[in-house]
Amino acid sequence: MFWREKANLWTLITPPTVWALHFLFCYVVAAIACAKFGRAADLDGTRIVIAVATVAAAGLIVVAAVTARHHWSIGSELPPYDEPTSQDRERFLGVSTFLVSCLSFVGVIFVAMPALFISDCR
Amino acid sequence: MSEATMSEQADLERRRGQEERLGKVWATPKSWRYWSAVNNTEVGVWYTATSFFFFLFAGALALVMRSQLAVPENDLVSAGLYNQLFTLHGTMMMFLFAVPIFEAVAIVVLPQMLAARDLPFPRLSAFGYWCFLIGGVFVAGSIFFNAAPDGGWFMYPPLTTDPELSGIGADIWLLGLSFIEVASIAAAVELIVGVLKCRPPGMRINLIPLYCWYILIVAGMILFAFPPLIAGDILFELERMFDWPFFDPARGGDPVLWQHLFWIFGHPEVYIVFLPSIALLAMIVPTFSQRPIIGYGWIVLAAVGTGFLSFGLWAHHMYTIGMPAISLGFFSAASEAVAIPTGVQIFVFVATMLAGKVIFAIPMLFATGALAIFVFGGLTGVMVALAPFDWQVHDSYFVVAHLHYTLIGGMFFPLMAGIYYFYPFMTGRLLSVRLGKWAFWLMFAGFNIAFLPMHFTGLRGMPRRVFTYPADLGFDVLNLVSTVGAFVMAAGVLVVTFDLIRPLAKKLKAAHNPWNAGTLEWAPLDPGNPWGIRSVPVITSRYPLWEQEGLARQIAEGRFYLPDAKEMKRETLITTVLDAEPVQVLRLPGPSFLPMIAAIFVGGSFIAATFHWWISAALSGVVGIGVIMAWLWTGTAMIPEKASKDAGLDAELPLYKSGPQSVGWWAMFITMVGDGTAFASLVFAYYFYWTIQPDFPPPDATGPGLTYPLLAAAVAFGAWLCMVRARAVNRGGSERRAAQLMATSVLLALASAALLLYAPWTTGLVPTRDVYDATVWVLVLWSAIHLVVGVLMQGYCIARSLAGKLTARHDIDLQNVVLYWHFAAITAIVTVMVIALFPLVA
Repeated sequence: MFWREKANLWTLITPPTVWALHFLFCYVVAAIACAKFGRAADLDGTRIVIAVATVAAAGLIVVAAVTARHHWSIGSELPPYDEPTSQDRERFLGVSTFLVSCLSFVGVIFVAMPALFISDCR
Repeated sequence: MSEATMSEQADLERRRGQEERLGKVWATPKSWRYWSAVNNTEVGVWYTATSFFFFLFAGALALVMRSQLAVPENDLVSAGLYNQLFTLHGTMMMFLFAVPIFEAVAIVVLPQMLAARDLPFPRLSAFGYWCFLIGGVFVAGSIFFNAAPDGGWFMYPPLTTDPELSGIGADIWLLGLSFIEVASIAAAVELIVGVLKCRPPGMRINLIPLYCWYILIVAGMILFAFPPLIAGDILFELERMFDWPFFDPARGGDPVLWQHLFWIFGHPEVYIVFLPSIALLAMIVPTFSQRPIIGYGWIVLAAVGTGFLSFGLWAHHMYTIGMPAISLGFFSAASEAVAIPTGVQIFVFVATMLAGKVIFAIPMLFATGALAIFVFGGLTGVMVALAPFDWQVHDSYFVVAHLHYTLIGGMFFPLMAGIYYFYPFMTGRLLSVRLGKWAFWLMFAGFNIAFLPMHFTGLRGMPRRVFTYPADLGFDVLNLVSTVGAFVMAAGVLVVTFDLIRPLAKKLKAAHNPWNAGTLEWAPLDPGNPWGIRSVPVITSRYPLWEQEGLARQIAEGRFYLPDAKEMKRETLITTVLDAEPVQVLRLPGPSFLPMIAAIFVGGSFIAATFHWWISAALSGVVGIGVIMAWLWTGTAMIPEKASKDAGLDAELPLYKSGPQSVGWWAMFITMVGDGTAFASLVFAYYFYWTIQPDFPPPDATGPGLTYPLLAAAVAFGAWLCMVRARAVNRGGSERRAAQLMATSVLLALASAALLLYAPWTTGLVPTRDVYDATVWVLVLWSAIHLVVGVLMQGYCIARSLAGKLTARHDIDLQNVVLYWHFAAITAIVTVMVIALFPLVA
């Protein structure tokens, strides 16, 4: 799923999908922990789980970004990639996916930050 | 006569013949039959006009509110009426104006932008429109009977789950809007398939107009945003009508679940109305800057990024309900992150304007006004995304100011720009420049005079949704100024409305492509022709009218695909998703009253249910389903008289495709994704209760046991297996055997549905006793209904097969029904896993 020879619309939405799953995972894990162990409970275990999930999500997004960079074949030609050729279509999808990957990466880090600073359920 | 003139003469004759045939095939029906039209040029215009009318209506409600608030301790309206006013104002602006008008404009503009004769399911668009009209009139009209919903546009329980406190208004809201949501999902299906499959040859994915990118993303968002609300509506109505305690804490329920389901819809909704309007700017800004957009890829990033991130924001409407700090942190972080893609598109527009020579025509005036207002609203958005700040201003007028800055800047002003921009394209006439300037400045000034002071009113502590306030709290002057501003803005709206409705003959005739735009919707030389595009061109550029010389003329001369309608059928071209290579000529259905009649009966069913007229509701629903069946039978999956046809430019293209290559298959797939999301929301409800309760299922719960649910799952699996087998057998040519397999599947499906319902029945789960019982019941009901709908589809396929309309080669119906069955079987099996197996591990 993360390495494809050709870019398409699925590769384009893979990085933000990873972001969405990571976001949902963090929220659900913390919500369950706080609901089941009470407001005074510390979140040590949860934070480790979130850290692992964050590394995994960031890793997957990096793989997606590297794949996208491959499709982009950067260096030979700059945007706007608006020629009616397969090559430009591929480059366009590559560069767009790369940008979406960067945003998703930042998004994952953003979402993980509260777990870095907040240590209990209050 | 020389040879050259003779061939010219022959060419002219040929073209005249083609135009005559095309004109006949695409003619708009006359007199009372006009209302049977299904073409995008008619349906789109009705849709736009109706949603604009609802905007005026909801705006008038706002003016009554502003009049009431002009001075302290005013008694213009009662507290009760005021509650109805603000509830209906918010509800109508969101559900009857902002979302529908995006769909309306897209239905008008999209086919032309893609040089398609129409979107792939014209009758579905018409059905969506009639649903919208009926539901909209029902909801809006309720205020004249003092029966409008009055619990706020978000309908928070427990206030609204109490029939004593909320009257019939809440039912009107729930059922009326659920009905309209059906129309929205129908439009989403239409638009997604339209953008992906109906592009002109050569318009590869890197060349599509930016508008299409936005529409694709937004239509996808609808599929994930609306279903949770539909699921919430179901739970809500079950509590109001039958006392199932989903939101009643005394019996294990929790009002917060509604807030989650509502805002999982409600926040993406803001972006669902914002992105299509920004999409209009993405068309207008390059045109008036007279250069291609800078950063096409960045816009795609912004659209995709916003589309996803906007789903991670829902709980920022719930900062004050007492969630753990870490949860607040997640939502706050996502809320800040969404500012990145949102900001990117603003920078792209500004960069494009800086790099080009900007012509400040009226659309551009509105576009720049939009950017200014939206940036202001975006900045206060970054402020309220921070939980501690939000705690201070929550439910105050600061939030009212913020949301109007984002929605009016991000949605209304761009829409106005779009109306001025596309008016000549729709009518061939120009709106008045002088009136346009008046309208813009009245609206822009009025808007800021009305809403800027509200920031301060809010910071001074004035709460939202109060019908009056005491004097001398520091609110008096600010409120009076806001009221004056509101009326100034309304004057601007009146100027636009006047300009829109004054007779066409008094308006200036527009030249061809009056703004010198580069995209295909401006290609037709005469917008009065009914066929949309004279011939479907080959595209090699993002701005074909700028960069492909003589294109408009060649299109008009019929030099490209589908220049004729030899068989006297409505046709459009279907191309591949990534590279837009032509693969099929799709026959489109013509005018029909069936979509309207179907909407009347389906709508009648919803309306009757509001008043608890159960028999009428059931009858109306059954007739509605019958009409839909008749519509499908007479208008879909028609077997063409020949396998392929000459589509022009020496291309021989098939007329029939089934399975994943057909547009119908994709429509079913997209619909079922939405359906699956609604089901996932119900499953979410189950786990939500499991999370918040110490024991779920509660110790005294008796069901639903293991035997019957597991048996039901096994039988549902069998039904699915039969369907998959039937598809293969039918393909192999044994049509009779396929019909037998389908009949077996019918029996299995009915057995599975019965077993599912029997399980909680026999173990004594009573839905009114505890939320656990109610949740199990709602899950089994959902699955059982899906199995029964599957049976209807199977019956339809069997009948088609017996009538010779479903054959080995022509199997669209069966392919689509099998696709439905994949989802139905998964629904049944997941239900069993949740209700029967999960309690074992929990």
